[in-house]
Amino acid sequence: MMFNKNLKNILLVIFATLILSACSTAKKSGNIEGDVYTGKETVKFLASGVPDRVFFATNKSSLTTASRATLRKQATYLRKNKNLTVTIEGHADERGTREYNLALGERRANAARDYLMTYGISGKRISVISYGKEKPVNPASTPLAWSQNRRSVTVKVN
Amino acid sequence: MKKFFFIFFFNIFLITNSSALIEIDITRGNLDPLPIAISPLHVDVKSENYEGMKIKELGENISKIIENNFRGTGLFNPLKKEAFVQKPDIAHLKPRFEDWRLIKAQALVTGKLLVKGEKLKVEFRLWDLAAAKEMTALAFTTTPSNWRRVAHIISDKIYERLTGEEGYFDTRIIYVAESGPKNQRIKKLAIMDQDGAKTKYLTLGNELVLTPRFNPTNQMVTYMSYFRNMPRVYLLDIETGTQEVVGNFPGMTFAPRFSPDGKKIVMSFAKDGNSDIYTMDLDSRVVERITDHSSIDTSPSFSPDGKFIAFNSDRSGLQQIYVMRSDGTGVKRITFGNGIYGTPVWSPRGDLIAFTKMRKGRFYIGVMRTDGSGERLLTENYYQEAPSWSPNGRVLVFYRETKSGSKGEGFSAKLWSIDITGYNERRLKTETDASDPSWSSLLSK
Repeated sequence: MMFNKNLKNILLVIFATLILSACSTAKKSGNIEGDVYTGKETVKFLASGVPDRVFFATNKSSLTTASRATLRKQATYLRKNKNLTVTIEGHADERGTREYNLALGERRANAARDYLMTYGISGKRISVISYGKEKPVNPASTPLAWSQNRRSVTVKVN
Repeated sequence: MKKFFFIFFFNIFLITNSSALIEIDITRGNLDPLPIAISPLHVDVKSENYEGMKIKELGENISKIIENNFRGTGLFNPLKKEAFVQKPDIAHLKPRFEDWRLIKAQALVTGKLLVKGEKLKVEFRLWDLAAAKEMTALAFTTTPSNWRRVAHIISDKIYERLTGEEGYFDTRIIYVAESGPKNQRIKKLAIMDQDGAKTKYLTLGNELVLTPRFNPTNQMVTYMSYFRNMPRVYLLDIETGTQEVVGNFPGMTFAPRFSPDGKKIVMSFAKDGNSDIYTMDLDSRVVERITDHSSIDTSPSFSPDGKFIAFNSDRSGLQQIYVMRSDGTGVKRITFGNGIYGTPVWSPRGDLIAFTKMRKGRFYIGVMRTDGSGERLLTENYYQEAPSWSPNGRVLVFYRETKSGSKGEGFSAKLWSIDITGYNERRLKTETDASDPSWSSLLSK
């Protein structure tokens, strides 16, 4: 019957929409946990298995469990490569005032630096620089992009 | 670079004192702007050529700038010239008041100019048409290349006479000119007249530059630069182009601003994850630490009497605005509203603090009294911040960014202004995208 067919189509569309939206929600929560990015999309590596960056919650500079694990890998790598010096770049997302974000980026970079130092890396080998919101890695205006931009990145100097 | 300062020979030859003359109340949003006729300035036939300038059109061009200035205030309604009833030279001698009243004008500006011996001589008169009286008149002499400033100075004098407030037209705005994609932005210091004319770029864009601010007493500028990848506060003389690092700090300095007497710079210094506020005396080079707190303290701004500093701190957990004595004692939080607050800037009149407020993903520019009471939000948008005051404390300029798509497309940054009444929101025209505006004081003060 015509009516039934239409109804069936409508139901199918609704069903498909539900599945899609469920997927996108799942994906989101898969990559952002409590406001902190946990995905791999923008991450580069200092060496095999040593991610170069950690991510932060909005307005925060505290390190998550995952961030600490990443930084311990960086510490191990730096201990093995004694002549290597690094700069930690601190960044903020675009949803704050410029000057506060400069301070926040500096605080984030230092949170990462402090953690490396507690694992035996000399502070002399680690310089920090804050770029505030000036250098987004993802230029989109979405919560996902902002979470990828709230980061500190360890960069080899020599 | 050409010298910015020109000597003006003021020669006030007539000021009528009368109490019944027209006045504009600028403390409220003016929904009924004053109709004003701005006659082209009459160009004296004895005028000589000067460096290829179109002298014949000078009178018309000066009147157009005045018109544009007045329209931008929202307080005046400059009338169409086609309706004008008298020739400029005759009107300047003595207007037929009743004829001008017929076109509904309430005030009339007339003037004449002469270019001779490499000098531009200008005089203008402001007439009250209802009272059939001259309200003010002024004559001055300058170099012809200075003609745009002549128009701005005339605008200031008329604005002052009609509103009782100092004008803000003979001023400039320094800002950061932006170009390139959002994640590879090129930023240069730029300066322009407040009406968008005469844009000059002061840096080449090789390094990131941020937050330029004028010295309120002269044409020095302080700003932040990532020169040699060392983010530091710099001092720039825009007349000579010379610049220097401010102080010798072993880390990032940022968020600079001058003290009201122009003798100190107040700024943040970040070390080991903590930003505090410092001042440096520009003569003695003495550095003083003003705050000492484990939170972020930034965006300091002096009160115009120099006795207090408003600043931004997250010592309560999130960004709020605080006020302290300029020696760092007596710290008091002044913002308690819903949302978080940043970028406090003390009004040059001393009565208000402008700020950025962030709430539920929206950004507001607002003003409040200096104790935090009487908060008024003037404008709401997706992203806007960094208000800077016009020298008379009546208008704020700030920048606004748009939301961008997944590749950063659709992103823009523009300068906007709004009256502290909350009316008259306008975009300032800039050659490029722009941010971090700072308004100069009056050049001819």
